[in-house]
Amino acid sequence: MRPDEVRRGSSALAEREPAGDIALELERGLDALDPPVQQTGSAWRRRVGTVLPPLLAVAVVLAVWQALIWAEIKPRYTFPSPGDVLATLVDQWREGTLLEAIWLSLSRGATGFLLSVAIGTPLGLLVARVKPLRTALAPVLSGLQSLPSVAWVPAGILWFGLSPATIYFVVLLGAVPSIANGTISGIDQVPPLYLRVGRVLGATGLRAARYVIMPAALPGYIGGLKQGWAFAWRSLMAAELITQSPRLGTGLGQLLDTGRQLFDVSLVFAMIISILVVGVAVDRIVFSPLERGVLRRRGLLVE
Amino acid sequence: MSVVEVIPKAAEVPVAEARPVEAPAVRVEHLVKRFGPGPVVLDDLSLDVTPGEFVCIIGASGCGKSTLLSLLAGLEQSNSGTVSVAGGRAALMFQEPALLPWLTAAGNVELALRLRGLGRRERRADALELLRLVRLEGAAAQRPHELSGGMRQRVALARALAQRSSVLLMDEPFAALDAITRDVLHDELVRVWRETGVSVVFVTHNVREAVKLGQRVLLLSSRPGRVIASWPVDIPGDRRIESPPVAALSLEITDRLREEIRRHAA
Repeated sequence: MRPDEVRRGSSALAEREPAGDIALELERGLDALDPPVQQTGSAWRRRVGTVLPPLLAVAVVLAVWQALIWAEIKPRYTFPSPGDVLATLVDQWREGTLLEAIWLSLSRGATGFLLSVAIGTPLGLLVARVKPLRTALAPVLSGLQSLPSVAWVPAGILWFGLSPATIYFVVLLGAVPSIANGTISGIDQVPPLYLRVGRVLGATGLRAARYVIMPAALPGYIGGLKQGWAFAWRSLMAAELITQSPRLGTGLGQLLDTGRQLFDVSLVFAMIISILVVGVAVDRIVFSPLERGVLRRRGLLVE
Repeated sequence: MSVVEVIPKAAEVPVAEARPVEAPAVRVEHLVKRFGPGPVVLDDLSLDVTPGEFVCIIGASGCGKSTLLSLLAGLEQSNSGTVSVAGGRAALMFQEPALLPWLTAAGNVELALRLRGLGRRERRADALELLRLVRLEGAAAQRPHELSGGMRQRVALARALAQRSSVLLMDEPFAALDAITRDVLHDELVRVWRETGVSVVFVTHNVREAVKLGQRVLLLSSRPGRVIASWPVDIPGDRRIESPPVAALSLEITDRLREEIRRHAA
């Protein structure tokens, strides 16, 4: 191959070479040089990078906690040590109460969340796409999102008694607005250019919704689901904490309230930690990978 | 592609006055467009594009070039006059590749085929064929963000061709690319145009680009937009954007464009 300067400098020379080959080579060269470089770090190093810092943070919290115990800032029966709490957790686990409570709460949370998705998604779609509905309902949905769903517990008890219906009522009022709002903002953020492309390609009406708007709104929607889960879980705990009844069984919230009634502060702390761990675990195991997967496939994730 | 042998001066080339016998690929008659109560953007604009012709439209910024393409693509409605495109719908390429980021390169092309009602197997085969046409069969499974700007625009070209429209509208499709990539894409476009026989209406503000690519260059006036001049481009063989005949005609057209812009100074 001739040096570039020669080829570009002299048109006479260029004319003697087969033009098609030069164009092809030039194009291949550009294709090889141009594409954005994909970052490829070692998977192991990345995993260490994401796991180590949170573990370190937990260790720091435990150390500070233990230091406060040694400083005896509070009497032991109101402020348990990490060791006391761990012992309670192990006890509860051995007796099977903890696993049972986690399972009951988690299955209620999942049912409530799925119901909320089934209601919140079409609601969000309607409010986003139908002008009068939007004007009427968008402010209500934002308002509901800022209202703590515990506020619904008394009304729920009056209407449904101490039954699972009360618990689901509170969970739905907590999670549905989040999911609907996530759907709305996902649709609002669809770039108009995509809609134009869709129209040029022949996607109008329902076909535009299916092939352009819904896939384009997916990242915002998943963000809404993630937030919806957080709201569902915290509403569920609020409801469980207030509704004590043999008919409702013993979830994490009920176990927490039992601890309060028995002045068993270790149990109270053990349940707070369990609720936290379950909430974070669901987010980490279900929603974060989903969200990261969608963003990565679209090149929207900076690692 | 043939090797350039003789490069005659543009002025010496006799203008072939071949009247089209077949129906035009694009016919615009007395088109008027204004947005709401605003000024008239396009006024009494008429033009014909013969089947298989490559027409470039140039004009100052805001002269209504893009509006004209939107009207041809059916994205806007005219206030009066008629627009007809052979086969109904025209394909349109934007300045941005506008690839859908959740689909692969092949997926983007397949979407156009799917919206035309093609079955799964046919879609797959057709999409690969179109990507081969723009020499990107190797990038079929890649996502838009993994491709360079030039490659994305070639995928967009393949997607536009997937509409199997007899008319391809292009709205400054190469304006955001670097000079070398733009050169390569010019050659690519001319090759694809020759292979497919599609009519191209190419809007640009780059006069040399228009002369390099087009068989005919139309100048649009500003406020209101109308076709005020037309140049046939008869430069045989491969045209390079730096070559003297391209430069000579570009100079003539640029002078006319400047004159048109100066008219608005008063």
